[in-house]
Amino acid sequence: MVSGKPGAHAGAIRKSRNILMTATAIGLASVLAAAGPAQAEDEQVKIGFVTFLSGGAAGPFGVPARNAAELMIEAVNAGSLPAPYDSAGLAGKQIDALFVDENSKQKNADYQKLVEKDEVDMVLGYISSSSCKAIAPEAEKAQKLTILFDCGTPQIFEEIVTDPKYTFRTGAHATMDNVAAARYLVDTGAKTGSYAGINQNYAFGQDSWRDFSAAMSQVAADAEIATEQFPKIYAGQYGSEISALLTAKPDVVHSSFWGGDMEAFVIQGSTRGIFERAKVVLTTGETAMHRLGTQMPDGTVIGARGPHGDLAPESELNSWFRKAYFDRFGTLPTYPSYKMAQALLGVKAAADKAGSTDQDAVIGALRGLEWEGPSGKVSMALANGHQAIQGTAYGTYKYDKDAGKAVLVDVVRYGAECVNPPAGMNSIDWINSGFEGAKCD
Amino acid sequence: MLTAVAIAVDGLGFAAWLFLSSVGLTLIYGVMRILNIAHGGFYALGAYTAAWAIGLYTQTGDTIALTYLIIPLAALVAGVVSGLLVERGILRFMYGRDEVLMVLVTYAIFLILEDATKLIWGTDSYISYQPAYWLGTIDVFGLPYTIYKFLIIGVALAVGAALYGALNHTRTGKLLLVVIEDREVSRALGINVTLFFTVTFVIGATLGALGGALTAPEISVVPGIGAEIIVMAFAVIVIGGMGSIGGAMLGALIVGFSRAAFVHLYPPAELFSIYLVMAAVLAVKPYGLFALAESRKI
Repeated sequence: MVSGKPGAHAGAIRKSRNILMTATAIGLASVLAAAGPAQAEDEQVKIGFVTFLSGGAAGPFGVPARNAAELMIEAVNAGSLPAPYDSAGLAGKQIDALFVDENSKQKNADYQKLVEKDEVDMVLGYISSSSCKAIAPEAEKAQKLTILFDCGTPQIFEEIVTDPKYTFRTGAHATMDNVAAARYLVDTGAKTGSYAGINQNYAFGQDSWRDFSAAMSQVAADAEIATEQFPKIYAGQYGSEISALLTAKPDVVHSSFWGGDMEAFVIQGSTRGIFERAKVVLTTGETAMHRLGTQMPDGTVIGARGPHGDLAPESELNSWFRKAYFDRFGTLPTYPSYKMAQALLGVKAAADKAGSTDQDAVIGALRGLEWEGPSGKVSMALANGHQAIQGTAYGTYKYDKDAGKAVLVDVVRYGAECVNPPAGMNSIDWINSGFEGAKCD
Repeated sequence: MLTAVAIAVDGLGFAAWLFLSSVGLTLIYGVMRILNIAHGGFYALGAYTAAWAIGLYTQTGDTIALTYLIIPLAALVAGVVSGLLVERGILRFMYGRDEVLMVLVTYAIFLILEDATKLIWGTDSYISYQPAYWLGTIDVFGLPYTIYKFLIIGVALAVGAALYGALNHTRTGKLLLVVIEDREVSRALGINVTLFFTVTFVIGATLGALGGALTAPEISVVPGIGAEIIVMAFAVIVIGGMGSIGGAMLGALIVGFSRAAFVHLYPPAELFSIYLVMAAVLAVKPYGLFALAESRKI
């Protein structure tokens, strides 16, 4: 029998409604709680970043690159970059970053861990040519999208992985640096009767010297090699090599030294007068020019492995990048920072174009892509669309005493197709052919 | 002629640096029978302390003379503090253990010191060229050499002479030679072996730090310099005979001159020069040139 009290009936209904609502709320909450992370994970793209966080290359390269990555990830996720990069995320997905130290004796194992255990969607990294030589075949084997953002040796797609599917390099290789250096010497009227090299004894140093000396024999046919020095990487002491350079009396000294080695060479060489007796070309000099200040002799030819840093052309994106970087880290970005930003923007441009962060979609869009980085246009023109080319620039160092800072004067810019080989041609064959097909204005 | 002069001066300069950087290692091995891989860490600490202190001092715009005092002071502070911490804090609990275990322990200490330098000074390079730059250069048959390089040669000679004199012509030195010969008998004779060990280790660490501090004005002080020196220092003391001060000096000279000769005469082989020399010496004298004789105990 139903209770005759209407209030009791209403109360019963209210009670069951409350129970129902509570149950619904708990049910909904648990469904949402369960779906929450899944949904969040679904909207994230996990990228493993590998740069030097310790060791001799951390200060000049690894840390500036990581700083740029942090800055760019935040800006990409927030959608606060200038157009055309002002949409949030990579094809709408937020970047979840994982940083790994490149200064490791087990680079391949670290890479495998990123791919298999951490399950990253892609790997973006590697500064050293040795690292890239080890990782490029590993990336193809693991079938994981891997973007090399810096390392310079042209061997990667010319000898190591000749038919890449998963490996890309978004920065130009070192052939560009050395062909442009040789052209710059001739274009600025430097005396080039004889030239010498001092380069680190590993892939990047050896390839840099090979390309520079081959380019010199094309642009200054009468020039002779005075001496070739290949000290051990991180040697730090170059007394004997500097004596050898002094006794050989070259007109030009070429060096692809970087980091502490380059700084040590400048300190030791400038004190002993090698910079006064010869025109010294430092292909990576830009990373240290502000740090060395007056210790870097006026007249040194400075490169930045592309038109980066002080050699970057003016643009809205460049101004934004320089200001944002300076505001956050208190120093201006050097070329490793530019190259990291360039790589991330390439990935964003590819993902946005494909409308997806699915690996195959990004690979398809990145192959042969052209995009604007903070230092200008980048084209994936070589190695079947997997290797970038870009224009570059060289300048001559001058310490501006009035302003109290280092500046670059007599800057000469070179178009991408003037200083990079054409598609389908190996760097050294292209140089030896007399730069066949080069387009120089 | 010019090449011969260059080989002579370059070889001597490099040998002096090698000797300063490795003599502490051979001293510690000679007395304590410890293959001290942490030596590279002391070298780096000395270099960082000196470069940092010189940088701070030169910012004040004061007179230059004091920077030459900062170098040994930095070495002393870095060497004594870290040497005492390592010896009293860790190593004394390990004495008497197998030599191989001590290698692992000192390797662990080296890794800790590497991280400590990174924690204190970060990953940026430190440049303190002023002491090397201010002394200027002298002309040796047309080749300009920094006077600072000759200063390092002088310090290396002084350190070598002081160690030789202290070991052979002082009472403490002679007691130390007794400790080296036989620890147990020394203890029985009432010699404070523990104190000798502590002092020896601190002196060894300070010599390592001095090597780094003196080198700082010539290089860019960056993370990883400690690891680089270890290989060179081990090669030098192995060639000379581990534990021998004179051997370290001769080993440094051999490596220094051969490296200079390769750089000037056949640069492509420079990378292997140190290993070629080491292999050649060890083929003839497997324990090095001045290996200490081991007394056999019944």
